[in-house]
Amino acid sequence: MPKNLPKTDVVIVGMGAAGGVAAMPLTNAGLKVIGIEAGGWLSPRDFAPDELRNGARNWPQSVQKAASEAPTVRASSDQKAVQGGHPMMNAIGGTTMHYWAQSWRLNPWDFKVVSATAERYGADRIPADSTVEDWPFGYEELEPYYEKVEYAVGISGQAGNVKGRINRDGNIFEGERQNDYPMRPLRSSPFTDLMNKAARRLDWNPFQGPAAITSELYDGRPPCQYHGFCNKGGCHVQAKSSTAFTTIPKAIDSGNLEVVTYARVTNIVADNEGKVTGVDYVRGSETFFQPADVVLVASYAYENVRLLQLSKSRLFPNGLSNNAGQVGKHYLSHHQGSPVIALFPQDLHNWYGLPAQGVAIDDWADDNFDHGGLDFIGGANLWVHTDRKPIGAAKMGTFGKVRNWGSDWKKFVMENADRTNVAYIQKTTLPYEGNYLDLDPTVKDPMGFPVTRITARYRENELKIAEFSQEKMEEWYREAGATEITRTGLGNAMGASTHAYGGTRMGNNSETNVVDRWGFSHEVPNLGILGASVMGTSGARNPTLTVQALSWRTAEHLANNWRSFVF
Amino acid sequence: MARKNPNKNKKNADKLLDPSRRNLLKNAGIVGAAAMGSGAAKNVIAQDGAPTPKNSNVSPVTREALEVLTAEEAETLEAICDCLIPSDANGPGAYEARAVHYIDRSLASHNKGARESYMVSLDAINNYSKKTRGQPFFRLIKDVQNSILLGVQTDKVPGCAPTGNGFFSMVRNHTIDGTFCDPYYGGNQNFVGWDLIRYPGIRLSASETDVAKGSALDANHQSAYDHDTYTKMAANMALGQRGGSDNA
Repeated sequence: MPKNLPKTDVVIVGMGAAGGVAAMPLTNAGLKVIGIEAGGWLSPRDFAPDELRNGARNWPQSVQKAASEAPTVRASSDQKAVQGGHPMMNAIGGTTMHYWAQSWRLNPWDFKVVSATAERYGADRIPADSTVEDWPFGYEELEPYYEKVEYAVGISGQAGNVKGRINRDGNIFEGERQNDYPMRPLRSSPFTDLMNKAARRLDWNPFQGPAAITSELYDGRPPCQYHGFCNKGGCHVQAKSSTAFTTIPKAIDSGNLEVVTYARVTNIVADNEGKVTGVDYVRGSETFFQPADVVLVASYAYENVRLLQLSKSRLFPNGLSNNAGQVGKHYLSHHQGSPVIALFPQDLHNWYGLPAQGVAIDDWADDNFDHGGLDFIGGANLWVHTDRKPIGAAKMGTFGKVRNWGSDWKKFVMENADRTNVAYIQKTTLPYEGNYLDLDPTVKDPMGFPVTRITARYRENELKIAEFSQEKMEEWYREAGATEITRTGLGNAMGASTHAYGGTRMGNNSETNVVDRWGFSHEVPNLGILGASVMGTSGARNPTLTVQALSWRTAEHLANNWRSFVF
Repeated sequence: MARKNPNKNKKNADKLLDPSRRNLLKNAGIVGAAAMGSGAAKNVIAQDGAPTPKNSNVSPVTREALEVLTAEEAETLEAICDCLIPSDANGPGAYEARAVHYIDRSLASHNKGARESYMVSLDAINNYSKKTRGQPFFRLIKDVQNSILLGVQTDKVPGCAPTGNGFFSMVRNHTIDGTFCDPYYGGNQNFVGWDLIRYPGIRLSASETDVAKGSALDANHQSAYDHDTYTKMAANMALGQRGGSDNA
């Protein structure tokens, strides 16, 4: 029997990007919150500038919960799913510890893909097998929450549209903002300047992307030092605005948040009246029951879905909040592969730089261009960035010029180590019939629970965007002086991704969505879900800021309506 | 390791170590290795027949022990690494970087899962060499080694695991890791890998001037762990609980 703990107001499962932000409005309102986290505390001392440690050694996430329950993957239901890796990490702050920290707002179009497409091009332009729906609200409703998060965690960037005033140094396609970013953008570099100028010559609209990284002293944290080990590494000076260094410490300081580390939630307990009463968790060799009035599930998309599917009870025999059979549906992995790789005739000066220090092009994203003569909807954000490291440089492709080893290869690498660049292209990705998450029938984690099985593949729309965006990317690189270009394959199976969406989708229709417009379960009134698992569309940009804005909104709604939740 | 480095930052750490122990570690060339696992130091069997340097522009390789590979496996692998990233007229390669030393140690840690593949494939390559050329792989001349290795890459040498190409890609990856990694891990010794590609080294802060200089910046030849911040001893000092010497 698990040991019964004293009851709390709210228990949050996961103290990462989502849970770490949600704790703020709850504790500010005086609610008592317990945050349960599978990882522990990390400090800047843990983040050595060490490419091997971040890469091949896969530290610090290699021995973590996520790694032990990596999903299995298959492209379609007639195949056998194979277990791969899990890209996320467990820690206070979660993956905000080691992510690239690009922090975008979605474009207004992403909230209304169905209606906007029907209006401009006709409803038949929505792919027939897609299950996409409009979000239950528009960009305007999320705008204040984007701003709250931008200021609370600290985002640097250049606004492109403040109250309708367009600034061409920012993203002219962004939704209207009420205020600027709290910090100026990260500095440019010789390479980003080169790419920026080339884009201007093409009459495109380049801008420096927003980042959850300080560009100046902010809230007691020093500015970015540009040493460049962000990718799968934490920040040695706390310039990266992880929730571990921003919202979580503040929530703890309020006296209303208690964090439990190295604890794995195994079950969300439901009673016989259709409400949840708390969570079971395992810490070391002990098991506990943490009772709470409200449960907020805030782990990663795979884990959110899996935890619901594993939490079976009398009223929810197919998993919690799954009587409509929607848990695991409308899943998608963001199409962010199929890069374009360029070789330049001169050094690019990228030895010191980071993935979030870059130039973006949104001219070919979302519905920012006329799709009248095209056979797809949506588009891609083109991103080039600094950040070059020795091992990565030596593993570059050779553009068909030399065999990939031996004296000629060595000479090639010696000449070109700082002369290639890989574009990062994020594309509109849609949910489809036949793409879903369920429990793997055979593969289990070390505790004996089945892992998540991903059954999903990209469809025509994504592959057409991939081809289209590679064309544009090549044009941009050529304009900047690249002499060789490699394009990689367009993609097939949706593997385990750092950008996983859906599975507990948000929407007004309880037949096709798991949570309502506020992020609370249609079936279980005191169960809220935070994370990209509630998002029904991906947009063409990194999800974290949207996840955080939604989390803040859900938590604030809970705090403002507390009495109706504990009736 | 890292003897060209003035190592200002290491001085504090040195104080925490018993000087005789510090020297022992230094002489064994395993200052880094000591932190990899408890008891590493006492299990070291220093090799007297240390490999001699091929390129005169780097200092002699320190003595090193085999932690996982057999002596014969290490000979074969050494020859393979030297084909992949040769020591040649353009400068040192995997040999001077001690990529084999890195791989050997990595097979006890993050590359543990690859141990069997090395065991089976190195044996297969040696058998193939003896059968077709009458000599073990490492005794063959470079041209012949290259042609056999190309055979491995194109799946023409039988018995490799998981496949010839699979093994080849893995060894290539590991050889690159061992040539260009932080010297802490036993490869990239004397920073030969970083110098080869004109990587000026890790910096905790990079100014706009540094970036503008790029590859022309003076190489600083520092390991991440030359900075006390990231060492076990510094962590313990910061916690104020234990001294470093019993954890070294």
